[in-house]
This record gives sequence, structure tokens and C-alpha cells, in this order.
Amino acid sequence: MFRMLAIVAGLGLALAAPAEAQTPRKGGTIRMTAPYGSSFTSLDIHTTQRAQDEIYAKGLHRSLYIWDSAEGKPIPELAKEAVVSGGGLVYTFKLRDDAYFHNGRKMTADDLIWSYNRIMDGTKAYPGARYVRIIEGAAAVEKGQAKEISGLKKIDDFTVEMKLTEKVDPAFYLFTALTSIYPADEAAKDGFIQHPIGLGPFKFVEHVPGSRIVLERWDRFYKPGKPYADKVIVSIMGEAAARDVAFRNKEIDTSVLGPAQYVAYQADPNLKGTIAEVAEVFTRYMGMNPAFKPFADKRVRQAINYAIDTDLIISKLVKGKAYRATGWLPLTSTAYDKAMKPYPFDPAKAKQLLADAGYPSGFEFEWTTSQNESWGLPIVSAVIPMLDKVGIKVKVKQVEAAVLSEVVRSGDYQAFIYSQQTGPDPQAALKCFHSSTPQSACNYMNFKNADLDKILDEAGQSDDSAKRIQLLQKANALLYEEAPVWFFNYNKAVMAVQPWLHGVQLNATELTHQNVEDLWVDETSPAK
Amino acid sequence: MPMLSFLIRRLLQTIPTVLAVVALVFVLFSVVPGSIVSSMSDDADPQVELRLKKQLGLDDPVYVRFGAYIAKLATGDFGTSFRTREPVTTMIAKRAWPTLQLIFTAMAFSVLLGVPLGFIAALRPGGLVDTLAMVVAVSGLSIAKFWLGLVMMYVFALKLGWLPSFGYGDGGLKYLILPAVTLGVSPMALFARTTRAAVLEIMTADFVRTARSKGMSETRVVKWHVMRNALVIILTTVGLQFGGLMGQAVVVEKLFSWPGIGSLLVDSVLQRDLPAVQGSILVVVLAFLAINLLIDMLYGVIDPRIRYA
Repeated sequence: MFRMLAIVAGLGLALAAPAEAQTPRKGGTIRMTAPYGSSFTSLDIHTTQRAQDEIYAKGLHRSLYIWDSAEGKPIPELAKEAVVSGGGLVYTFKLRDDAYFHNGRKMTADDLIWSYNRIMDGTKAYPGARYVRIIEGAAAVEKGQAKEISGLKKIDDFTVEMKLTEKVDPAFYLFTALTSIYPADEAAKDGFIQHPIGLGPFKFVEHVPGSRIVLERWDRFYKPGKPYADKVIVSIMGEAAARDVAFRNKEIDTSVLGPAQYVAYQADPNLKGTIAEVAEVFTRYMGMNPAFKPFADKRVRQAINYAIDTDLIISKLVKGKAYRATGWLPLTSTAYDKAMKPYPFDPAKAKQLLADAGYPSGFEFEWTTSQNESWGLPIVSAVIPMLDKVGIKVKVKQVEAAVLSEVVRSGDYQAFIYSQQTGPDPQAALKCFHSSTPQSACNYMNFKNADLDKILDEAGQSDDSAKRIQLLQKANALLYEEAPVWFFNYNKAVMAVQPWLHGVQLNATELTHQNVEDLWVDETSPAK
Repeated sequence: MPMLSFLIRRLLQTIPTVLAVVALVFVLFSVVPGSIVSSMSDDADPQVELRLKKQLGLDDPVYVRFGAYIAKLATGDFGTSFRTREPVTTMIAKRAWPTLQLIFTAMAFSVLLGVPLGFIAALRPGGLVDTLAMVVAVSGLSIAKFWLGLVMMYVFALKLGWLPSFGYGDGGLKYLILPAVTLGVSPMALFARTTRAAVLEIMTADFVRTARSKGMSETRVVKWHVMRNALVIILTTVGLQFGGLMGQAVVVEKLFSWPGIGSLLVDSVLQRDLPAVQGSILVVVLAFLAINLLIDMLYGVIDPRIRYA
């Protein structure tokens, strides 16, 4: 599914096809970059939700499931198989009996149970709690009402029974590094944060805070013949221009590209072939607060969608490094509906809708934004004159990114512009608009619609995956019609990859998150 | 004895400075929006958030938190990072050496190049060397560090291939040169200008004219009268520049992926990690005070007329 989408949408890794057919070479060093800031937050991956940290964690740790980019879905990793019973609410996992932590100890069911209990420790607010919360009794641990998750039961050393609170596919919840399995005996010790131990293909060697993390091959990794490389270095490089020089100078193997560099690399015949791009499962939008009177009217929200020339902004300002949003679910979602068309740019219709809603002269609202170049102040600045033409005045309120996330969760806004994860599970993405979902969770527009609730509930109960997809598409269409947001774009993640690095996966959940055991470097790499 | 009492007096003066800095950061963090709790998880249960705030002491009034922090600080405890859950002293210790390496190398580069440049320029005012030196000085002061760093990377790493463009490597000189020179260009320019101005002023001073009229050779005049007197002014500038370099290092560290205190400070501020911010700022302030104290002591060595009464 994903592979097909990649081709259709003109995505695809533009790397030399013959190289992929070569036999992977053993040895060498992979030099990745962490582009989202000037440090890693922590070496305890349970404590940090930043995409930056998961880059190294993919080498160091493993979870029950793993994301398979080719299939576009999570597949069992530490679980060998899962038997579903109890009307879809009970999963019995057979765990790997050949997974060894980097201290040489074999992983057992106790480690999984200990790790999930740790993540639900309500005194620590571990970000992975949002995923583990699907297990019965996990919320009670989080609230301090129980010491252990009642829905987790050890059958034997390599078998665990998991009872869920609702009928969801746990694979979509338990594949990220936030739910990594830690060694129960070691992780409780103080020194663990300084020298983490995991189940991943590479073991920890060194962390130079603010500069790099170095990992080296774990010879007892459970996938035969893997990993290929001897060493992985993840360098922190928050400055795009510095990454560009380092990439051209062959000092790094991967570099995330921003809009300006995307254009420059496409225009350079020497660099064009290094570009890998994928539609990530993030939707950028302007959320409208229904408590603010004009936005309570659907016609006003639709008028905003008609009034903005979204294609112009994507092509001129975002430099084509995004896909036009045609609804809430992104291009790479399994429930994406290709028949959906975006709101056309039609200021006349916008004016008409505003007049019908009782705002013939428009109105004024406050728009809260961060400085983000792809979905922040530059975009807001471009939209303001477009809205002005239909009579809508905008007052800009600029805040830091960290503050913006508080603002949207508290509802303390009239409108905001944001980038929200809308996958990989379409059901979870749409459930954010279910009236039972609190604003502080992900229902940031405090959306309430009985018809949508009904469709989502039906989809949640359905055992027929085709029917479920159909229902989710229906929900997505309803949302599009209700327009609680200005549907802006889906992120196009772009990464430059050196020609000697092979096995790069087009990961739609986050392109920088690579299953490093599948990467290898050929003999032309300067870091032999 | 006068030196000892001077030292004790200056050390005691650091206490109100430190208290003022800590208080300022506390007040600033209590009024700016955003909290560490929301940056830790954007989907935490509200009850969990409240419990976490309580656990971190964030639900206490500012003055209570301030008092508790000062009490800890008095025992040498900088607290524990909200973000990494490591002791702040450990975090700073990991970053201190790279920052010191960077700042002292940048300072050495700027003094060794800037002072002689200013001196030579002043000896022939209006001449070719003077004009060239001042062009270099004005350019050095005007160039943005970020841009200069990128140009240095482009020329010395990408085009010439002499040096790595980023990173700390093994902490060796080849990784240090580009960030240190980037950081050092602006103070180098300032030292050149300051030295030139100081030397020009001293050259026309009465005691220099007297020395010349007594038949002292020009070399001796410059060496014994001009240089020594100019050094006092240069030293003052060096002391002040250390503080400036610590601030400017933030940009350079980020650009070159240099693992110093600057990048720790930036990330800590963005994530509202108050203990780490406090610790980083305190270290910078203490280092600034220590260097200036050292320079005050050096005044007496250079100019024996200066007394520590």
C-alpha cells in the first residue's frame, strides 16, 4: 500500500536502484543526524516524546511491535505472534526467546510487564502512558489507585496476556520507542540513565551531550546477520545550513532538508539523486474555537477554507515541501480517500457564506502561532491578506512552540495553527474528534458531533477491516464538511541520503526514524 | 595583607550578585508562559500533571521555591534537572570543559592577533597598516557570527578540506579551530581598536614626552611606558569580553554541534527546565566574576601604583 502510494505521489527514494540489489556489506559506520534541536533530551527514552530522541533509540531499544515502512503498518518485533480472543479485547503474546539485553541477559515477560508498569507511573508523566493506557487497569496505575496493571498477566517466561479497554489494534500503540522494553533489574538502578541498556541492534558506547551519541553493533541481536554496520553515530545538528555543508563535505550520511534546501537540492544535478521523500502522518491546520461565536457557525469555518489560496502558499512559501490537505487523514493513512478534493480557492463563495452566517462585513479574531517556518508565523502572515479580502481581520499572537502546545490543550485561544500527528492509526487520529475525547488529550477544537460519534463507535466495533475503513472514510468526509479547521497540508518529509548508504526506509511516521539494522554502507563510504 | 582583604571583600560581593541573578531567573520563569510539565507529555492526564507539578514543587509560591533553592545552593546542590532527572552539577560538569576550551582558545586567538594589530596600527597612524588593520577590525565587529561560521565551514572544510565542518570529535585542535576562530573574530577586532586607541592616547601623554626628552630610545619608551600603560586598558577589555564570549558561544556551539554550556542553556530554557537554566546561568556568572577578579588582581602586577586598599 505504502509502496504504491510512494510511486503514485511521486515520492520514492531517488537512490540508485542497482545499489539496492547488491548484497549488504558488513561493517562500516553509519553517520546519521538529529536535526530537531541542540541536544537529546534524555538517554531514558521513556521520558521523552521528542522525535529527536527516537532517532538514536531505534538503534538502542526495541518495543513489542516495530513500524514496517514497506507495508505501512506495525508488525510484531519482540512479539513472535499474537492470538486474539475475548471478542477482540484479549491478546496473548508469544514473546521472542532469543532477545538479549546489552548486558547479556535474556528478555522475559517480566521485563515487558515491568516496563509498562513503569511507563504508567503517574508521578512521572511518561509520554508513553498515552499508548499503554489501552491496557485494562493501566489508567488506575497512572492515577495511583493500583500498583500494577491488572490487564497484564504473565502466563510463562515468554507468554503474556494483555486485556484491552477497547477494541483497537495494540500494534499501533506499542511500536514506538516510548514503549521500549527495559531490563527490569538494570533500569531501576541510578546509573541506567547514563549508560542505557536495551534490546536493539546496537549497544550504547558514548554520549557527548549537545554533540553526538555513538552506538556499536550488538552481536547477540536476534535477527540473523543483522545489523550490518559496526557502528552508528548520531550527530546533533540543529542548524540546516551547517548540515548542508557537512552533507556536501561527505561528513554525514543523512540530512533532513527544509523548504529552501529542498529547492536547492532539486536544482543541483549532483544532489538531486540523494533526495528521499515521504508524506508523513502529520496534518497542518488552523484550529478554530467553537466557543468563539463566529467559529460556532459551520459556514464561517467553511468560508475560511474557501478564502485561503492554500495551493499558492504551499508552492511559494513551503516550496512544494507539503501535500495539499484534502481532509484530516493524511495521504499515507490506510483510510485515505483518494476521491476527496480540497476546498477550492473561492473568495466570492467565502463572502457569500459569511453573509449567510450573519457576518457580511466580516469579523476579527486572534490567531495564536509559533514561529515555525512550515506551519507558523510565515504562513499566518501570508494568510492574513487573503482573509482580509473577505472582511476577516486577524490579530496575531505569537508564542513559543512549548507554550503553543499548552494553549491548544487548554482551549485558551480563538484560533491556532498547528501540526498534529494524524496516523498511522486512522481510527486513533479521528477519535480525537469524538465528543468523549477531552480537549487536553487531542480534541483541541473541543469538537462535538453526534453523527461523527456514531460513525466512529461503529468503526470501533467492526471486525471487518474493509467496513471499518469505509466508516473511517465517512467520518473523515463528515469532518471535512464540518470544517473545524482550515485544512492546510500534510507534511512532506525530505531527507538527503548519501549514495553509499543503503536500506533507507520511507517511514511515514517520521522519516528520520530508521530501523538501523537494515541500513548498510558500501565500500565507497568515507567512514569505512 | 591588603591583597587578602581585597580578595575576601570581592568574594563576599559575589553573594548578592548570585542572589540577584537567581532571583531574576525565578521571577522571569514565574511570569513567562509555558511549563516543563506540558513539554514532558502533551497527553498527560490532568491529575498526573497536577501531581507532577506538586512533586517538582511547581505549585509552591515563587518565594517558597526561591528559599528552598537558595538553601540547597548554600550546600553546593544545584538541584536535579526536570528534563533529564540528572543532577544539574553532573550535566554542567559534562559541558564545562568544551565551553572552557572554546572560550579560552577564542580569547587567545583574539588577544594574540588583535593586540599586536592595534599596536602596529597605532605606531603608524594613518598609514597603510593602520588602514588595513582598522578595515579588519570594523569588519570583524560587524560580521554576524552565524554567517561567519558558515563561511568558515564552506571555505576550510568544504573547499579546502583542511578541517572538519562540525562536531567535537576527540576534543582535539582540528575540531576546535573553526568554532574558536568564529567566536574570536569579534573580540579580536575590538582588541585591535581598543589597543590602537589606548596606544595613541598614551603616546601623547606627558610622561612619554618626558621619557623621550630624557633621551630614552623609542623602543624603550614603547616597551616600558606605552605597553605597560596600555595593558591596563586592554586587560579591562579582556575581562569584559569574557562575559560577552560566554553569551556569544551559544550561537557558535549550536552551529558547530559543540557540546558546551550554551546549547544546554538554550534547550533548558525552551523546555522550561528551571534547575538546569539556573545552574547554567550561575556557572556563567561565577566564571565571569572569577575572571574579572583575576584581572583586578593582575592590575597590581602590571601597574604597581594600583593598590588594593
